[in-house]
Amino acid sequence: MAFKPSRRFVILSGLAATGALVVGYALSPFSTLDRARRLTAREGDLMPAAWLKIAADNRVTVYVPHGDMGQGTPTALAMMAAEELDADWALVSAETAPADLAFANGALAKGFLAGDMSIPRWLDGSADFVGRKAAEFMSLQVTGGSTAVRFTGVIGMRGAGAAAKAMLIRAAAESWGVAEADIVARESRLSHAASGRSASYGEMAARAASLAVPDDAPLKAKAAYTISGTSRQRFDIPGKVDGSTRYGIDMRLPGMLFAAALNCPVAGGTLKSVDEAPALALRGVKKVVTTADAVVVVADNTWRAQRALEALAPVWDEGANAALSSASIEAGMNAALDKGDFDADFAEGDPEKAIAGAARTVAASYSVPFLAHAAMEPMNAAVSVHDGMVEIWSGVQDGLGCRAVAAKLAGVSMDEVTVHQLPMGGGFGRRAFNPMMAMTPRHIEQAIAASRATGAPVLVTWSREEDMRQDYYREASIARLKAGLTAEGRIAGWVHDFAERHDPPEATAIHYDVADRTARYVSGTNPMPWGPWRSVDHTVHGFTIESFIDELAAAAGADPLAFRLAHLGNAPRHKAVLERVAGMAGWGTNEPGRAKGIAMREAFGTIVAQVAEVSVGDDGRARVHRMWSAADPGEVVNPATFKAQITGGAIYGLTAALHGGITVEKGRVVEGNFDAYDMVRLGDAPRHEVEIVESGARLGGAGEPGTAPVAAAVANAIFALTGQRIRSLPLRQFDLKTGAQIARA
Amino acid sequence: MVTLTVNGAQHELDVEPDMPLLWALRDVLNLTGTKYGCGIAACGACTVLVDGQAVRSCSIAAADLAGSSIVTIEGLKTGEALHKLQAAWIEAQAPQCGYCQSGQIMAAAALLAEIPRPSDADIDAAMTNICRCGSYEEIRAAIHIAAASA
Ligand code: FES
Ligand code: FES
Repeated sequence: MAFKPSRRFVILSGLAATGALVVGYALSPFSTLDRARRLTAREGDLMPAAWLKIAADNRVTVYVPHGDMGQGTPTALAMMAAEELDADWALVSAETAPADLAFANGALAKGFLAGDMSIPRWLDGSADFVGRKAAEFMSLQVTGGSTAVRFTGVIGMRGAGAAAKAMLIRAAAESWGVAEADIVARESRLSHAASGRSASYGEMAARAASLAVPDDAPLKAKAAYTISGTSRQRFDIPGKVDGSTRYGIDMRLPGMLFAAALNCPVAGGTLKSVDEAPALALRGVKKVVTTADAVVVVADNTWRAQRALEALAPVWDEGANAALSSASIEAGMNAALDKGDFDADFAEGDPEKAIAGAARTVAASYSVPFLAHAAMEPMNAAVSVHDGMVEIWSGVQDGLGCRAVAAKLAGVSMDEVTVHQLPMGGGFGRRAFNPMMAMTPRHIEQAIAASRATGAPVLVTWSREEDMRQDYYREASIARLKAGLTAEGRIAGWVHDFAERHDPPEATAIHYDVADRTARYVSGTNPMPWGPWRSVDHTVHGFTIESFIDELAAAAGADPLAFRLAHLGNAPRHKAVLERVAGMAGWGTNEPGRAKGIAMREAFGTIVAQVAEVSVGDDGRARVHRMWSAADPGEVVNPATFKAQITGGAIYGLTAALHGGITVEKGRVVEGNFDAYDMVRLGDAPRHEVEIVESGARLGGAGEPGTAPVAAAVANAIFALTGQRIRSLPLRQFDLKTGAQIARA
Repeated sequence: MVTLTVNGAQHELDVEPDMPLLWALRDVLNLTGTKYGCGIAACGACTVLVDGQAVRSCSIAAADLAGSSIVTIEGLKTGEALHKLQAAWIEAQAPQCGYCQSGQIMAAAALLAEIPRPSDADIDAAMTNICRCGSYEEIRAAIHIAAASA
């Protein structure tokens, strides 16, 4: 494989229509490349692509236009570039790229430059959809065949490395008067055997920088990889074991003040008035600042600000959502589903007819609650407004998108805003701000207002309660599924109706053989603020679809694994992961008092099949002892971090399945802290074995796919163990010994 | 005035009697390695050692700790040498986002001080801090690695 002009042309031709602009800057000296160079390069540095720098001292720096949320993205991307460059891994490091258009990637650049708002909403996350999504790859895994996948993951990092290597070889050939073909590039060294000459990459960097970027730099065959596909230590870890990594919340600036904020407790409400006096009377309090929907107390430390905030009694205009409750939202969803004003994700054949003609019909209704992200680091931002500039330090998933949003909030142009993108204490979608997404970074807005009002840099830190009650939630949803079963136990007809669809659009896809199928949704039933939550709609449909498949298997009197395999005639990759996980888990055998459940989901290009082993305690609670996952991401860059993402993603999904539920009463979120919104802890975490199936398919994600099947695997295990079919989450609302519902989610 | 001994150094702090140790460390002494996660002793992100015991610093007043020896994540190294738990944490590649890990490591330090070779059950009982990223298996592995090293 190589970068052929035609290939480049194809991608460039997508510039206007499909957002492949960035390729231009990756491989051509576009103006953005010059800008990127100015921002990151010093004299004598070679930077053939905006993402890669080889310095005269032979060090290689990879600029990663994504925030670090802990999935090892910077390391994996550097591995991809270093592989093609044939760099000495010990000389390679990664840095966060400036939040500048020169480092925009793929579709994001398109949205910004062309002002094209028709980008699918799931691209929203952006410059760091990737960080969030792929964990491993700088690509929008959701897109399947999109140029963004190939561009950012393969052409971006790999292409940059390959181009740089070709330029170094050419520079050496010219300098030594020898043929390029006789030069070997390995471990950051160029050598020419016949003449015995050799030079480091760094020594050739300046000369190479004057050469044209090649159109046809060859990419390595996978069999020749020495870095990619091996487990490498992550760059970010040393700073995370000695307390030296500075997250947004740790930002400290000379003269900085600390602030706490109270937002209108009802979504969409506004601040009417507040008597500032009780706060101002307290020690250390500098100022009370208000925004349209929040009160912010600025003090000389966070605790004083928090305490002073508690002394205030703001008067809110609660607005249209003042009477909203979980019950009213659920009633609204059911009414809309009854009314049946649907849009369809897909509609093939005639499912109603197929079901009517089947030997029997199976139907079930499922519900899932709102979920908060609850990243360990509460929302926060440090802002310094000075000399007409707005300077922001915060952990955000999309530095560039955040810059655009912040400019709007501050009422200034993007050129007047600088975003310093800091490591995030968890993101999971919550920190993905950009102009196309409905999430407003109110903490940043508040810090801007506070810095303007005080003339000092201000760090606004939300309390855990604000973080949880002012989230942008995974939607609550209700799903009604219906299918026919033939006398032979085959699925005939599939109707999947549900409330509230977000992204990605393929989240309702099923890979089982059923010709007549449809997935339809109703919208507008759900006024709570929405945000992408680890694996987005897959968390909803992974539970409902994979539970319902289990119901069909039971109705057909079939083993859940065998039933699935029998319906995967057109999906060999899916079949392979299911078979693999069944083998790992010893499917068909159970320890006394325990049972296993199975589920499978394809999300963001990665197929994950999971088995959960469950028992029920005397307290009526489910306990998940062990899990097994087989995952096919096509190909894997850093296997250790990939596995950690699958197990971590599964814990995220397990927390949701067991405990997760945000309830709304009088327009307010009830749960405010971990005492009411509990988490799986070490002692409850299952032992989890992960195996990777490398099918060679297009690169898939790592951070999210492990979350999607968990709830169904656990619920299906509970059915196998107790005969109780779980159709509503979280599990904590049930006493599984008696089958009683003990609490409302 | 409160006199605090943190990582071997004495500090005079002019803070209210009820100011939590967490905020004294973070906002007054600028020791930001100790994290805020919940403020109600429910997550463990703020865990430090007080006279060798793991304590959730958000829920104890700085003023009550005069005369105690406080160790934070910043004080775990000896000079530049990593504590064996920190080295084990790197070896096991335990952190993901890393935000909870200061607290996890301090909780593990208290555990190893009490039980040098903890069993899985000991680890389950002692390590109750939340890791939202779900790095629990790596944390368990890291504790075993540290316990096995001299
Ligand atoms: S911040 Fe202290 S336990 Fe959570
Ligand atoms: S590593 Fe992110 S919370 Fe533990």
